[in-house]
Amino acid sequence: MKSCTKCSKNIACLKRPKTGDALCRECFFDAFEQEIHWTITTFNLFSRGDYVAIAASGGKDSTVLAHLMKVLNDRYDYGLKLVLLSIDEGITGYRDDSLETVKRNELQYGIPLKILSYNDLYGWTMDKIVAAVGKKSNCTFCGVFRRQALDRGAMQLGVDKIVTGHNADDIAETVIMNVLRGDIARLQRCTSIVTGSEGLIPRSKPFKYTYEKEIVMYAHFKKLDYFSTECIYSPNAYRGHARAYIKNLELQDPLSILNIIYSGECMSLREGTKLPSKGTCSRCGYISSQEVCKACVMLEGLNKGVPRLGVGKTSKVIKKMEQLKLSEDSDRSPTKPVVSHSTTEVPSRKSSVLRETTLEW
Amino acid sequence: MCDISLEFAGGAELLFESRKKQSVSLPPQDRPWTIDLLVKWLAKNLLKGNPEMFIHADGSGVRPGILVLINEIDWELLGGKDYRIQNNDSILFVSTLHGG
Repeated sequence: MKSCTKCSKNIACLKRPKTGDALCRECFFDAFEQEIHWTITTFNLFSRGDYVAIAASGGKDSTVLAHLMKVLNDRYDYGLKLVLLSIDEGITGYRDDSLETVKRNELQYGIPLKILSYNDLYGWTMDKIVAAVGKKSNCTFCGVFRRQALDRGAMQLGVDKIVTGHNADDIAETVIMNVLRGDIARLQRCTSIVTGSEGLIPRSKPFKYTYEKEIVMYAHFKKLDYFSTECIYSPNAYRGHARAYIKNLELQDPLSILNIIYSGECMSLREGTKLPSKGTCSRCGYISSQEVCKACVMLEGLNKGVPRLGVGKTSKVIKKMEQLKLSEDSDRSPTKPVVSHSTTEVPSRKSSVLRETTLEW
Repeated sequence: MCDISLEFAGGAELLFESRKKQSVSLPPQDRPWTIDLLVKWLAKNLLKGNPEMFIHADGSGVRPGILVLINEIDWELLGGKDYRIQNNDSILFVSTLHGG
């Protein structure tokens, strides 16, 4: 048995992916907590007095994050007011179980909990959406709705900042996915430790440099109460491939995870590269690169019985929306002039940069 | 005979009929039991869920992303897949692949 490379006293229980160090439990807890504290202070993630919402799903990452936010806030006196924010997608047998975990976390960590449901926000649960859309591409709905739901929940709470449990493995995976999709706009954003500065509540990722292995080991050794499952609706095959790829690379060289993130950070756009222009949705006011945001398009489709509207290409969606508008207007008054959408910028079909795909970040 | 206790966590238990803990006696064989051989044996005898979530695509052992702890110690410190299983070992498989 190896002894701890740091204290040389206790038996080592974990090999750190980042450094190769063999650490005992106590030295690992210490190193792990210190690193998160380093990330928080080095990147100035918070200011004293901030009201911070922790996006909590009940899973390993957000449970460890909630625990650490509490521990570090107390230990280093960050002066933060914390709240757990959970989104209930309305998936029976999946989210209802994990929400029970978050409710226990509320008591365990003494952090108040706010649950916001898709049903409250959009009038649709994921169960109902899947009944209308089918099992294919329902992840797109869930991803788009979740992103907005977190922002809306945070706005309702009046918080200054949001933190999410995205870890180094997640980010490396997203870099690869954005490369594969040619999604330059997201590739630029996905490695940022803080996002959403313009008009949105800033979101940060204190686990940006934290390996998934260490999060899971920390949760295990600390006996933290978390919930793990697979969503009952979709295994999200594409992300699954990227995940398997990353994990295989990690096996050969754990540093490849951080190297992918580093490469993602270093990629810069050639001057003159077109990016979607940021505006706000004319219907709900949420940030959007189109006149009407993806969530509103999807809701329109669901409410008008064309559930798959919003899943396809943006150009096709705009055409379909116009048709819907036409039929709606002719229903109401045949003489009323049709509102023209000609001012909407229609992206060229070839432009992958403008393509709206699954929003998961 | 090789009596061991098995534990599944982090979602790995879902692949084994949601049984978190069980004791098993590995049948005697000519060569020593290693983690790789145990994983193959589990796949054949106890695994009920999607094998892809537990076994490497080439069938060689446990899938990357499943952590293994032997008597509460990271298997990477103990020789990994070639670790020779001892009588009364307690072996834990924790999935990092399952979501929250």
